[in-house]
Amino acid sequence: MTLIRMSGITKRYPGTVALDRVDFHLKEGEIVSLLGENGAGKTTLMKVLYGMTIPEEGDVFYKEEKVRMRKPTDAIEMGICMVHQHFMLVPAFTVTENIVVGSEPHKGIFLDLEQSKKEVGELIKKFGFHISPDTEVEKLSVGEQQRVEILKALYRKADVIILDEPTAVLTPTEVDELFEILRTLKKEGKSIILITHKLKETIAIADRVVILRDGKLIKDNVDPAQASVESLSEMMVGRHVDLSVRRPAKEIGEVCLHVKDLCVTEDGQDKLKQINLDVHRGEILGIAGIEGNGQTQLIEALTGLRKPQRMTLDLDGTAVSGSADVFLKRKIAHIPEDRLKLGLVKELSIRDNLILGYHREPDFCNKYSLLKRSYIRQYTKKLKERFLVKAPSVETAISSLSGGNQQKVVIARAFSRDPDALIIAHPTRGVDIGAMEYIHQQMTRLRDSGKAILLISADLDEVRVLSDRILVLYEGEIVRESMPGELNEVQLGLLMTGAKSALEKGV
Amino acid sequence: MREKIQQIKDTKAFQSLITSVIALVISLLLGAVIISLSGYSPVESYKAILGFSLGTKNGIALSLSQATPIMFTGLAVAIAYKVKMINTGAEGQLYVGAIAAAVAGAYITFLPRAVHIPAAMLCGFMAGGLAALFVAFLKVRFGAGEVITSLMLNQVLILFTSYLANGPLKPDGSSLPQTEMVQETARLTRLIPKTQLTTALLVAVITAFILHFILTRTAYGYEMKATGLNVDAAKTAGIHVSGIYLRTFFISGAIAGLCGASMALGTNHRFVEGFSVNYGFAGISVAALAAYNPLGVILSAFLFGVLKAGSITLNRTTAVPMEFVDVIQVLVVILVAAPTLIRTLTRPFSVLAKGGK
Repeated sequence: MTLIRMSGITKRYPGTVALDRVDFHLKEGEIVSLLGENGAGKTTLMKVLYGMTIPEEGDVFYKEEKVRMRKPTDAIEMGICMVHQHFMLVPAFTVTENIVVGSEPHKGIFLDLEQSKKEVGELIKKFGFHISPDTEVEKLSVGEQQRVEILKALYRKADVIILDEPTAVLTPTEVDELFEILRTLKKEGKSIILITHKLKETIAIADRVVILRDGKLIKDNVDPAQASVESLSEMMVGRHVDLSVRRPAKEIGEVCLHVKDLCVTEDGQDKLKQINLDVHRGEILGIAGIEGNGQTQLIEALTGLRKPQRMTLDLDGTAVSGSADVFLKRKIAHIPEDRLKLGLVKELSIRDNLILGYHREPDFCNKYSLLKRSYIRQYTKKLKERFLVKAPSVETAISSLSGGNQQKVVIARAFSRDPDALIIAHPTRGVDIGAMEYIHQQMTRLRDSGKAILLISADLDEVRVLSDRILVLYEGEIVRESMPGELNEVQLGLLMTGAKSALEKGV
Repeated sequence: MREKIQQIKDTKAFQSLITSVIALVISLLLGAVIISLSGYSPVESYKAILGFSLGTKNGIALSLSQATPIMFTGLAVAIAYKVKMINTGAEGQLYVGAIAAAVAGAYITFLPRAVHIPAAMLCGFMAGGLAALFVAFLKVRFGAGEVITSLMLNQVLILFTSYLANGPLKPDGSSLPQTEMVQETARLTRLIPKTQLTTALLVAVITAFILHFILTRTAYGYEMKATGLNVDAAKTAGIHVSGIYLRTFFISGAIAGLCGASMALGTNHRFVEGFSVNYGFAGISVAALAAYNPLGVILSAFLFGVLKAGSITLNRTTAVPMEFVDVIQVLVVILVAAPTLIRTLTRPFSVLAKGGK
């Protein structure tokens, strides 16, 4: 039975058409994956369904009955719930409290906690969620927190659950667990809309794939069993894309970045244990590992953002030490792991962000510390064009750009300052395929011009495709060095989860 | 051309201006309702306020002289807010600024006018700045929230200046809690004779332009904005944010100090206990109405000055109580602090406007 039908949805924003007469439907008990590049209109379409955005044209039907969605509560009443990418939970509350908040069962004016606990407990059991209703949410892992969000939706009797980029924050095991839960939900007759960038996951879980491009519906009945990552990405981007071709280093040179005996202790725990590594000129050294195994500390130590307990760092044979500005001046560039939190000031313009960190350099700032405004304007205009940042002008605020274009700004800033070494973290996280391809090209181009690149990424495919050498980081230690192609995905995955001995026995 | 206009309309400054103007209009309307509910004529009252403050020479002079101190404190609050610090200590800072300037003005006797005035103003500037610097130091060193520490420090500083004015600095034979008169060479020039309007107004306006210049043209201003909007990104970019906090709060306190100094050297010609009628706190409203834009502060301070001057005549010519003007001020601030409320209130109009196209 068709649960939801949206027809002819059109939404215009100043300057762009976000959705152009898009049709969409959802049947009972199916998992639909909504694919598209950033700015293709996926989020806008879901916002229309969820009542967060009101379209100029088009109608929404629920069980073939025309409905008007004016605010999220309208959608929730109809049993449509959305699990956002950023969780909306109160950390100090228990699982139960988080789930019932807003629609608590009560006895008179008093909250009926016993009843709440019973109801939540039943839900957890029914869907096999494996969490305790009495735990405080702050003590849960990210994957478990996500389950709480899904429970919130189920508690509100949701029939349709929209998941926005649900796997972006999960480890591979957690992704498997999530998919298990989604299959259970499907069996119970719930319908699920999945917004994602990860094509492999789409193929693994979806019953049907819907593809949007530039606000238009391209296809709404792709069968994932018949599709491949290549065919899906081609439909999304509109041309042939190839992300899986390795372009190995042509010429690996001298050691550029030499790190010795790096130790970091945090809250009495050893986060990094005697890390030694060398990055050569003309080489991309990849760090594979599940997040939380010391990557953040490694990045911070190598960019001067943290003073490690011990470390010797040489750049082309001379020691580097001090704070972040010293590292930048010594031409160690940094692509931070979270662009909006660490890399950009989203309220400021593209222009201002393209010089952030380099604004005191003589190119941009004279000796009276006045900014050279006309040079900055020319320089950033050129950069915006060279790095294909899609925006009306350099005055545009970062906040109105798509994730991919935001990341291009970060990349453009660091890559164009002629760095000797680069610390690059998660360069394509939350970025669409077109931008991903472009960023990968830029990285290999930079490597081939003789720069030393250290790549830290949670995306194993990315590490495998780009790296000329791979180090596996597990609980603050480098457990294995390997050449690309030496280990397959499964073997790397095992190493990342600490199954070192198991692998050695098996191989 | 149309694109250009659209660009201007899209800027944040323009949108803040619209919000502030709408807030002002709504609060004047609400004010009118309150007056008529209290049994007075709103038309008469507004006529009395604006007719005097904007319609007569004395009224304009009074408006401007009332605007001066809150322009200083408004700038002090606005600049601190650029790094997302809230200076609730302008009141205390202006008291120490005033007493420092009064002492320099009274006891230095050998300087010519052209040196004495700037020197005395500088003393006020430094005193206010140092008081604020202490607060910022507590923040960056120990993580103490500046809102509470500067608020508490107000009492300490104000009572300390009272002690000085009642004790060591009280002229012999005087019974009033005030210091010695400042020398002729340290008194600010009056712009219009026989009014309270002095060159302090020019100092305040110039200060606003200097701050605007720092924010838009210098690397330091750029670092301030980055720090205020995203402190983590600023740190990642190698900006020493502690230094930015210390420097900015010093400047903020120093401008509040200038407020006190200009009162001591221009209006009262000495330090008088309790001379400030909450100028420091009024600065918070002034800055908020200006959306923390230094040039906007010139306008919003003038506006509050007009209301303040008007309230004095209001009391003389009509039966409406003077406090009514405070009501309008408070309404403006509440509305500016709640932009969503304004959007809700004006939504019917914007829908009409769109439908008309």
